[in-house]
Amino acid sequence: MTRALVAMSGGVDSSVAAALMLEAGYDVVGVTLKQWEGPGGEMPVAGCCTVGDAEDARRAAAQLDVPYYVLDYVDEFRTEVVDRFGASYAAGKTPNPCIECNRRVRFKALLERTDELGCDVLVTGHHARIRTDADGSHHLLKAVDGAKDQSYVLHMLDQATLGRIRLPVGEMPKSEVRERAAALGLRTAAKPDSQDLCFVGHGNYRTFIRDHFPDVATPGPIVDMEGEVVGAHDGAVDFTIGQRKGLGVTFGEPRYVVDVDAPSATVTIGRKEDLEVGGCLVDDVSFIAGSPPADPKVEVKVRYRATPVAGSIRLSDGRWEVSFDRPQRAIAPGQSAVFYRGDEVLGGGTIATVVR
Amino acid sequence: MRFYLDHAATTEVRAVAREAMQPYLGDTFANPSGVHTAAQRAKNAMEEARERAAALLGVSRPLEIVFTGGGTEADNLAVAGAALADGRRGGVVTTAIEHEAVLETATFLRTLGCPVTVVGVDSKGSVDPAQVAAVTDQETAVVSVMAANNELGTIEPVREIADAVRAENDRALVHTDAVQAFVSEAITVESTGADLVALAAHKFGGPKGVGLLYVRDGITLEPVIHGGGQELGRRSGTHNVAGIVGMVAAMEEAVAMRSRFRSEVGGARDRFEDELRRAVPDVEVNGDLDHRLVQHSHVRIPGIANETLLIRLDQAGVAAAAGSACQSGAIEISHVLEALGFTPEAAGECVRFSFGWGQTVTDGELAAKAVAGVVEALR
Repeated sequence: MTRALVAMSGGVDSSVAAALMLEAGYDVVGVTLKQWEGPGGEMPVAGCCTVGDAEDARRAAAQLDVPYYVLDYVDEFRTEVVDRFGASYAAGKTPNPCIECNRRVRFKALLERTDELGCDVLVTGHHARIRTDADGSHHLLKAVDGAKDQSYVLHMLDQATLGRIRLPVGEMPKSEVRERAAALGLRTAAKPDSQDLCFVGHGNYRTFIRDHFPDVATPGPIVDMEGEVVGAHDGAVDFTIGQRKGLGVTFGEPRYVVDVDAPSATVTIGRKEDLEVGGCLVDDVSFIAGSPPADPKVEVKVRYRATPVAGSIRLSDGRWEVSFDRPQRAIAPGQSAVFYRGDEVLGGGTIATVVR
Repeated sequence: MRFYLDHAATTEVRAVAREAMQPYLGDTFANPSGVHTAAQRAKNAMEEARERAAALLGVSRPLEIVFTGGGTEADNLAVAGAALADGRRGGVVTTAIEHEAVLETATFLRTLGCPVTVVGVDSKGSVDPAQVAAVTDQETAVVSVMAANNELGTIEPVREIADAVRAENDRALVHTDAVQAFVSEAITVESTGADLVALAAHKFGGPKGVGLLYVRDGITLEPVIHGGGQELGRRSGTHNVAGIVGMVAAMEEAVAMRSRFRSEVGGARDRFEDELRRAVPDVEVNGDLDHRLVQHSHVRIPGIANETLLIRLDQAGVAAAAGSACQSGAIEISHVLEALGFTPEAAGECVRFSFGWGQTVTDGELAAKAVAGVVEALR
């Protein structure tokens, strides 16, 4: 294996990933995926995935003296990520588009082209680690830097994929990534981490959804746990399970969004304790090892920024069900439930419904 | 081995141009608009360059040559300058395969109220003079048709178009963007029959950022760049003396060596295509093969996306192009191929190879073998 295709976003992590592959003796080819465009076909000028980011990636590649190209993934990204994002909101769920991008674009469409682009491995700047046993089986582990760990968004990777990708920056703390970038004189060294959804940019994602998927903004009632109508809303898209602010109705004590039912455009609110659920059903489950763990006891992470909690998984009528050891609050269908054991990712899937 | 087959994008600055420019980057740096002796020296060099450029285009009055900041600027001045002259909102007639410098100017003029008509082309990219004449009317201020297309290399019948247009409206001005054609075609004012002719230095061995527009005596253009009134008010901005001198030096050499260019570089292109056809039998060569710039080879390789092909060619040492690169570097679907009726899929399988000075039949053959090797690896 000699040539590495490095997906460069224009951020510090992927720039350093490219540098680390060079240090490891690979030839490096840098690419940026053009994923989103304005009405005239131009790359966005604000937010992430912009002309500026592509330019940062191009400059970093030039500093490293590696070839760099922009690949057009606008069609794939629209159908596989953005349309699914809208459809998920329309179904009253809270999707994570980065996971769909990894599943369907980055580690699928791009990975499939690695060969034809003359490369042997695909490299990204994700903070996670891959370990390979003597027998050739691959494990996905949390990053060295726990605060920057991105293993959650990589839970869908399989053995064949893990064998073809490299995640070099997951092996070092973020501070070291920045030090490396600074030592190499990379212009991305001090660039802030991106927080925005790449196709939404700095704007409000709810405004984006209203603009691009107008059907999801159907007005409807706000009801309490007993089904009594206590208010009205302009569109279920404005509500996420666990949300406290912006309900437009006040009571003596805080109320939270407990359920969003898209077909009836009904938002149910309740007390903090009403958010508690014992488990959830999970769809599209995959396991890193290719098969489920023998021991059903796992730790489950239900949001990108959540702390994993103890629970167990079992197959029930052909669907995977997660039972938490202690009730959990604010489990949002559409987010991923990712199963860990210690530092290792076992697998995961998309939360379909909660089990109270 | 490396093969630079993107001469249609730009060329190396030829030694004669580099040398000619040196004094004006150094000692003779003065602004030619000044009064003092140093300025006069720079001014003299520039006016001598103007006379020589005029002679090369068969023009008797040197002041019919307006120096500009490149081909795009020359096209803008020609099209917008003619349509907006005398405070009018004159009509614009152009073709679907023009360079963006013309098409986007036409789009802009439409927003100002100018009627704009865009004529289509046939499947080889050829413009029909009768069709252009048919849409020319008394409102038409300017008709703009390129001398040869920058992607396909198809040569357009500009002389016939000019005659046909004047038969409809003898006040309509005829502009031709000869930016791509000049290096290999005998472009003169007489040969094109045009009132306005745009050239860009960097396509024929001159530096980037300098060009010229021939403006027939007696024509008033509305300037598009306003300022200090240089170039008789037709193009304001301090003169790029070194660039102008370098452009004209390259222009002289290009004209002097044109017939050799046609045989040598054309020979390289022909051998390239022969070898490519032999190695990749399903290759399709686009454009009008009977009326085509000798340095262009625009091909479709079925089943291979040009984005992938260009990257693999780059790795194999072959620099080529497809469509036009947008600001980010991603490949955009070519409006030229769309105009020819290509589907987006077919257009996405097309690549342009363009040859230039110094390349030989051996280069053509080896480059074709390199391309064929990449095609084979991708199949």
